[in-house]
Amino acid sequence: MIPEIGHFALILALLVAFVQATMPMVGAHRGNQAWMAIARPAALTQFGLVAVAFGCLTQAYVTSDFSVLNVFQNSHTAKPLLYKISGVWGNHEGSLLLWVMILSLFGSAVALFGTNLPPGLRARVLGVQAMIALGFYLFMLLTSNPFERLSPVPLNGSDLNPLLQDPGLAFHPPMLYLGYVGFSMAFSFAIAALIEGRVDAAWARWVRPWALAAWCFLTAGITLGSWWAYYELGWGGWWFWDPVENASFMPWLAGTALLHSSTVVEKRDTLKGWTILLAIVTFSLSLLGTFLVRSGVLTSVHTFATDPARGIFILGLLIVVIGGSLALFAWRGPALVSTGVFQPISREGALLFNNLVMTTAAAAVLLGTLYPLLLDAIGGGKVSVGAPFFNAVFIPLMVPMIVAMAVGPLLSWKRADMKPALSRLWAAGGVMIVAMIAVWAVETDGPFMGIVGIGLAAWLFMGILSELAGRIRLLQGSLSESLSRLRRTPRAAWGMTLAHLGLAITIAGMTGAGAWKVESIQAMKPGDRVSVAGYDFVFDGARSGTGPNYSILSGTFRVLRDGQLVTMLYPEKRVYNVSQQPTTEAAIHTTFLGDLYAVVGDEDETGAFVTRLYFNPLVGWMWAGVLIMVFGGVLSLSDRRHRVGAPKKRGAGLAQAASA
Amino acid sequence: MSKRAIYLVPLSVFLVMAVYFAIGLTKDPKIIPSALIDKLIPEFSLPPIDNGTPQGYGKGFSSADFKAGGISVVNVFASWCLPCRAEHPFITKLSKMNVAKVYGLNFKDTPKNALKWLQELGDPYDAIGADPRGRVGIDWGVYGIPETFVVDGTGKIYFKYVGPLNGDILENQILPVIEKLKR
Repeated sequence: MIPEIGHFALILALLVAFVQATMPMVGAHRGNQAWMAIARPAALTQFGLVAVAFGCLTQAYVTSDFSVLNVFQNSHTAKPLLYKISGVWGNHEGSLLLWVMILSLFGSAVALFGTNLPPGLRARVLGVQAMIALGFYLFMLLTSNPFERLSPVPLNGSDLNPLLQDPGLAFHPPMLYLGYVGFSMAFSFAIAALIEGRVDAAWARWVRPWALAAWCFLTAGITLGSWWAYYELGWGGWWFWDPVENASFMPWLAGTALLHSSTVVEKRDTLKGWTILLAIVTFSLSLLGTFLVRSGVLTSVHTFATDPARGIFILGLLIVVIGGSLALFAWRGPALVSTGVFQPISREGALLFNNLVMTTAAAAVLLGTLYPLLLDAIGGGKVSVGAPFFNAVFIPLMVPMIVAMAVGPLLSWKRADMKPALSRLWAAGGVMIVAMIAVWAVETDGPFMGIVGIGLAAWLFMGILSELAGRIRLLQGSLSESLSRLRRTPRAAWGMTLAHLGLAITIAGMTGAGAWKVESIQAMKPGDRVSVAGYDFVFDGARSGTGPNYSILSGTFRVLRDGQLVTMLYPEKRVYNVSQQPTTEAAIHTTFLGDLYAVVGDEDETGAFVTRLYFNPLVGWMWAGVLIMVFGGVLSLSDRRHRVGAPKKRGAGLAQAASA
Repeated sequence: MSKRAIYLVPLSVFLVMAVYFAIGLTKDPKIIPSALIDKLIPEFSLPPIDNGTPQGYGKGFSSADFKAGGISVVNVFASWCLPCRAEHPFITKLSKMNVAKVYGLNFKDTPKNALKWLQELGDPYDAIGADPRGRVGIDWGVYGIPETFVVDGTGKIYFKYVGPLNGDILENQILPVIEKLKR
């Protein structure tokens, strides 16, 4: 009964979305207030209905109702409650339901809190949101119904993929989706603006918080996935250029560009067409990210379902949404007039450079992900693209961007002089050289890129600090004046500073983990001792046990440094009862300079265990840096000017405030 | 180019992509490309992996090895390929069954990484050939690794699987094909 309620709620949501997609749009076109006003209650009703459907599916999972096909395929009675719940979105149908629920949640947020939006814009934004939702409801109801029944009812389910039974991965998809769907708001605003033919500072100010929130979620989501890969897959890597990872990375790159170009629209009233295009592209890549891995267009280990009917529907949806919005852009875009002009050497120029690099990087990732497919389609040769391609393309793109990143915030708007900006960076240059020499001295045999990476991180970190010091006139006036300037720095400016500092720390972490990883693979018997990067790992044996739905092999390591105990490590190997699939649970001890990382494998005939021991330098920096980036985003989001909404005429105080 | 035309560029790019997607959908990448069924394997000769010694590691192999009779399995792998790790235990299992010669084609890999990979996971292959630039892989029609080919005793490609092997695929697809060829 309850699954039928969910199914029915989904159908009702489809009907409500249809009303929301049509009447407010027509109303806004004709200036009919009553029709426009329908958007608000419709958005709220739609969210209520999807929430009911989601609740019904969750109920089926929690109570292990195996008469529902979806539950049978992805759950099991012995599974811990957390993974029964995360199983709801750990599959194709359920993840679509989560996606559309977040979409309608954001729609109702606009309906509730968008009271300062002009009524026409609000009606159109909600209308566009409902159109997207409409596509998803149709897709679910026609090809991917999560409430499909199964008869006869099986006694137990076939369990969720054991790799997905992990706290990190339980929250990875919701985070990613909050990011993807967040960009749908920027997209809806862009489409509404194209229809209205008006893009101004006020518009940019409404779009920015959505893009920023989406960016924060996406950053966190990607990192959760990467972190999971690091500790769960058990060989110390954290990024694999897998199509699924690329699918989430492309919207991140485009979204980062959008974030920066919307600043230019807000402050300088230029780059309008470009920003609109970025909003469309970012959401298009989000859609592609949602669908690419499920359509069977690309094969990947992550692919949930390959069903030709779904593939055709997805392609149709992509053509309508992306093709339609780009056609609208081609038609209405030229009417957007930019008033601000600027020289190449200026803040705008620097932000545009960032945009070009980010979009080129996104295009390169797209090309690398789709290339095998494209070439196959024209019947050309067959190729395979892997990490070598991405590293070869990515590193040369990122190096100049990071160099420029320290300079950009020092340039003034409109027209700037390179000389004074560079003269403020001598300290950063000095620290960079010292850091590079120090790295070279310590790791003489390490790869050259390691020296470059640390140098860049030091340059960026110091460059950002120089900018902050200049902003508060440190050492140029009295200390109390500097402190009061520090206090008055708007949160948006703090956000930028922190996000960029976080990136510098992340780059250092990635460099360390990539360049100086130490690993040792061997068979060990209890009592054996192996030395890795100056640490002695003593193996104290392994024993068997059972978990809730798996059997377990748990190893014990003592890690010593100069005879002193540093930590104990307890890596596990689990074999899940239903699927008999093994997973590794690495044991990790994080120190300031790197992670001690141990994995235990099978026992061989002689009673020795295969063990893999790693020292992964600076990995903690990577995660910490990302946390700082996200915190910077959240801080900027809490800035007063987002709550104020529509900008007033810029006063004298605001004009000089540095921007994020 | 006029201003209006510039605004048409994104749409045009997308439409071209959409056509490719549509063609891509009509092809199931897991199905063996018909052009390769019952075709003789390409002529090639692969050296062993360079480990600094004159004889190298993994013997190497060439098209001549397949024409001596006996069933062979060619597994295309690389150290940078994530799913290759996942299927490695099943390649090992297949190799231990001794039903066919198992060749490893090390695709677009560096010798250092490949050797490390083999040391870490074990070497199930009867012979390994290194294809660092992917030239031979392209002749074999390698699409996206891992890929596994079954070749009969006369050097004809009989079966191809794209994607990581697992217990199910090994039991129900690869082994039956080998059984059939044996008769």
